[in-house]
Amino acid sequence: MAVFADTDVHLAAPPTAATEAGGAILTNSWLLIALPLVGAAILLLGGRRTDGWGHWLAVLLPLGSFAWAVLTLVELLGMAPEDRGVPVTVYTWFAAGDLTADVGLLIDPLSITFALLITGVGSLIHIYSVGYMEHDPDRRRFFAYLNLFVAAMLVLVLADNFVLLFLGWEGVGLASYLLIGFWQHKPSAAVAAKKAFLINRVGDLGLLIAIMIMFTTFGTVAFSGVLGATGEVGQGVLTAVGLLILLGACGKSAQLPLQAWLLDAMEGPTPVSALIHAATMVTAGVYLIVRVGPIFEAAPAAQLTVAIVGAATLLAGAVIGCAKDDIKKALAGSTMSQIGYMTLAAGLGPIGYAAAIAHLVTHGFFKAGLFLGAGSVMHGMNDEVDMRRFGGLRRAMPTTFATFGLGYLSIIGVPFLSGWWTKEGIIAASFDYGGLTGQLLGTAALLGAGLTAFYMSRIMFMTFFGEKRWAEDAHPHESPASMTIPMIVLAVGSVALGAVLVFGYRFAEFLSPAIHHHEHEFDLAHMLTAPYSLAAVGVLVVGVVIAWLRYGRSAVAETTPKGNFVTVAARNELYGNTINEELFMRPGQALTRAMVVVEDRVVDGVVNGVGTGTRDSSLGLRGLQTGFARTYALTMLFGAAIVVAILVVRF
Amino acid sequence: MIPLTDSVPAAAIASPVITEEPPSIDYAVLSPMLVVFAAGVVAVLIEAFAPAARRHSIQLGLALASVLGAFVLTVLQVGAMPDAEAGMAPEEVAGVTTAMNSVAIDRPTLFLQGTILVLSFISLLLVAERRSGESAFAAQAATVPGSEEERSHVLAGSRHTEVYPLVLFALLGMLLFPAANDFLTMFVALEVMSLPLYLLCGLARRRRLFSQEAAVKYFLLGAFSSAFFLFGIALVYGYAGSVNFADIHEAIETGGSTLFVGGTATPLLLVGIAMIAVGLLFKVGAVPFHNWKPDVYQGAPTPITALMASGVLVAAFGAMLRVFLMAFGAAVADWRPMLWVVAILTMVLAAVVAVTQRDIKRLLAYSSVVHAGFVLTAVVAATPEGLAGALFYLAAYGFTTIGAFAVITLVRTHENGPEAADISQWAGLGRTSPLLAGALALFLLAFAGIPLTSGFIGKFAVFQAAVAAGATPLVVVGVLASAVTAFFYVRIIVLMYFAEPEGAGPSVIRAGTLTGSVIGLGVAATLLLGVYPTPVLDTLLPQPVEAALEPGMATEDGFTR
Repeated sequence: MAVFADTDVHLAAPPTAATEAGGAILTNSWLLIALPLVGAAILLLGGRRTDGWGHWLAVLLPLGSFAWAVLTLVELLGMAPEDRGVPVTVYTWFAAGDLTADVGLLIDPLSITFALLITGVGSLIHIYSVGYMEHDPDRRRFFAYLNLFVAAMLVLVLADNFVLLFLGWEGVGLASYLLIGFWQHKPSAAVAAKKAFLINRVGDLGLLIAIMIMFTTFGTVAFSGVLGATGEVGQGVLTAVGLLILLGACGKSAQLPLQAWLLDAMEGPTPVSALIHAATMVTAGVYLIVRVGPIFEAAPAAQLTVAIVGAATLLAGAVIGCAKDDIKKALAGSTMSQIGYMTLAAGLGPIGYAAAIAHLVTHGFFKAGLFLGAGSVMHGMNDEVDMRRFGGLRRAMPTTFATFGLGYLSIIGVPFLSGWWTKEGIIAASFDYGGLTGQLLGTAALLGAGLTAFYMSRIMFMTFFGEKRWAEDAHPHESPASMTIPMIVLAVGSVALGAVLVFGYRFAEFLSPAIHHHEHEFDLAHMLTAPYSLAAVGVLVVGVVIAWLRYGRSAVAETTPKGNFVTVAARNELYGNTINEELFMRPGQALTRAMVVVEDRVVDGVVNGVGTGTRDSSLGLRGLQTGFARTYALTMLFGAAIVVAILVVRF
Repeated sequence: MIPLTDSVPAAAIASPVITEEPPSIDYAVLSPMLVVFAAGVVAVLIEAFAPAARRHSIQLGLALASVLGAFVLTVLQVGAMPDAEAGMAPEEVAGVTTAMNSVAIDRPTLFLQGTILVLSFISLLLVAERRSGESAFAAQAATVPGSEEERSHVLAGSRHTEVYPLVLFALLGMLLFPAANDFLTMFVALEVMSLPLYLLCGLARRRRLFSQEAAVKYFLLGAFSSAFFLFGIALVYGYAGSVNFADIHEAIETGGSTLFVGGTATPLLLVGIAMIAVGLLFKVGAVPFHNWKPDVYQGAPTPITALMASGVLVAAFGAMLRVFLMAFGAAVADWRPMLWVVAILTMVLAAVVAVTQRDIKRLLAYSSVVHAGFVLTAVVAATPEGLAGALFYLAAYGFTTIGAFAVITLVRTHENGPEAADISQWAGLGRTSPLLAGALALFLLAFAGIPLTSGFIGKFAVFQAAVAAGATPLVVVGVLASAVTAFFYVRIIVLMYFAEPEGAGPSVIRAGTLTGSVIGLGVAATLLLGVYPTPVLDTLLPQPVEAALEPGMATEDGFTR
């Protein structure tokens, strides 16, 4: 029984000819993971000796991975579309009897898309970090963790089975934990790291249980084995598995109700926020949902839940983003909201998968660009994050302003920029879903688009326009080239990538062998004339205008004004933390106290019985170990008698 | 079972060995052992003639070079093994015997010898380590502990370079023990292996009385068990008319000698098996023949403990596998229940007793007893898979355990103090020396059998083989026992990382190059065999080509005759 790999049935859409990896590029795709992993190992084990050059090594290795990913993409494009799902067995972990456990990767359009995003954006952020972390005494450790993250994330997306995926899933969680708490001398950072860790545990547990159910139901944890056999099991099981996977995705992607950690995670260094908490790791939930599409397609209830969770999160994140004065937290609210879009699209089923992934890719570019811009602002402003102490920075930091501005225009969905193409795709897919559900989801997406325009314009105006509200010792200056060049590259992506992917239906066609994609009409004329598209442009204008009236034309207070109850609620992250505390923490504490009582009185009685029994027998048996050779010899004689007796008595 | 196509009739071997023709000896296949033996003899001469100042470096160089040379020769022999091809007699594929069939060099032997050589090489590095001018061995073993004379030797910086020839002779025994193809050779190998070890055990630099007591105990009990072993040989000879394993195998199949007219000699065989089993079980330290292990492991100098826990255990199990799977292979139904009982006793009792141990070396000694129980489950299986599983387990355990003992040599109660014996003194090690504590944590997790370590694969292999052979209840006991053992391994990890140290906490002496490389090798082997065990497992498991031979023709046990 092959537990991990099952090459008979294959994941990709029918008809699938499972082609064994032919070229050296595909067979060696483990290099993608190995390069950054080696970097992390060298930097962590090498210690202070690698301080001088370690960060350059850490930049080069993900770049190498990126180059390899590009080669892999070229190789894939050279194959027939239906052959593009290539299982690569890295090695057989162990084979005992008829049980074989392989460590295998799956190279297909979906996984290679992620690999390119992770290594591409990841490399840019590594370069940026060289400048950003220049004065940090622990820069080497930082780069080691970043490399570790890249490796773990690649394991997550390249795995061909759920166990390996889970290994990567936990690996990125670990890297995220280490990096959020990187400045562990700050108590807030340590607390935030712990919080992210704990909330993620809840989601991880969900995913783990899902994997166990799948293993008992299907007898395998290979994607191909599980996803190819969804027709053979009952809907109840599939719904349970789907909901548990959704729980895992919610934890990793900061979707309701497990969203509370993401805003606190901004305590980590800004490149971390850009790479892990905006561009890549937080989108892992979306990847997972799209990857296990067949399960959700066979369990409509779970699928609808995904869409609803996405819609709710996209609104909640946007509302939070409207009220935060901390530039990174406002962007984090935006991240929540944008991932909400992707989750919504993934929950629409086959018509939404390509839109979800396309938005994920463009979001990776513009949101990383925005975060790097925010980091550049902080770099020039003595690590100030309060937007009420910014203002008028466009002259002091022209490059940052330009790149941030392009990212801004892209995320709010100005027509023909990247964000517009992909967000429009999600709105269109929502309305095409049909029925009242489709209308409601589409309306939520439209409303979110308006809110996005508002909060992003608010950030833009408060930071780069208006009066200078700087702290007295602030001397804003443009960042060094190592930081601006990645920002420029990301800005180019924010502008042009969407058109490249969506126009002419390229990306969806590329992805279609890996995801169960349905043909659906998506032509430019339709996008420009459909009522909801016009409405999207309308809410965009309204959002920008309101923001202009409140933050552009009128002066911005240097301290947070008292707001109405909506603003207060949004500032408090819609009371997510309070809800967690009241609903889980306090009852949890009470339960713990109760359990302690029960534990002391009841369980301990039993456990101590067993434990004491073991200890007592242990102590008793120790008595035989007298230390006298004569006793030992007697024991041996006794033992020999037993041995002889067992042999002889038998006949 | 196969008819032994090319072996000489039993009577021919049983006849007096004084012949006109000298026995043919294939020196090539014996070369690894001869190299080690020659090095041991030369080392004795060096003791006599080389100047004291340079003796240590010469001895160490000679010992390491000879072990390395023997390893290379072993590897060359592996390369010279004939590939299995259809039509070949299975014995040809399995290996060769030489020196009047008294030594068998086949695949299991070569794997065991290679493993023993590598483990001994690593142990020698530990033996050679000196910290602030002190080795782990007594300055002058002949002096009375605590006497003026002893102090003067310590001050003069005397050192025992006799350790090296002793280790080499013990190593020769270890190499011959699993290769012996008749009981007399095996007995000689057993004694060649044991006698130097008795001495080495008594050479600890600190707590010398304790060390000497351990040595005497080990010697007395070892002699006691040898007597059983020898008596068993006599009884089996009475049954089979030969001490050669292949002849014994054949004799069991054909019903034994007609010693008693009209009767059967089976009682001779059964009691003989039991007595031989006692001797071998003593060497591997199975309950109830394990009492010596905690005392000796604790009292012996730690580098010697490392050698005993790795190399000697591998050799003893190697011999045991050959005796039970090959010589007594046809009587498996007779001895299997006995090993069932011993394996269960070993796993359960040792795991339970280990729970309350406070001394780290005693703890590892009991842990070694439990692991012997796990390997016994593979012996019980008595299949090629069981053999492969046991061999893999032994190699994996050997590397891990040497690494663990190497860590122990570094952790002291205080600056220049003795080794921190009580585990409570290990509290807080994770903070002061994260790398060292991390390495030990990895070794302990491997002992506990956590996935991605070699321990997991090893346990999996032996348990899988046992289940396949129908010993499921035994495996259930094994899994429960390993849960108990996990408790005390994890307790040490918790102690190192989460407990407040008492006072200033343990003092760690900086790892020298030698100890450092030993720990590094242990970590590397533990991880490598855990993450990528396939090449080793594939080598050990029966080759597919052999399976393609006629079913009745394949050597069922994987040993040569």
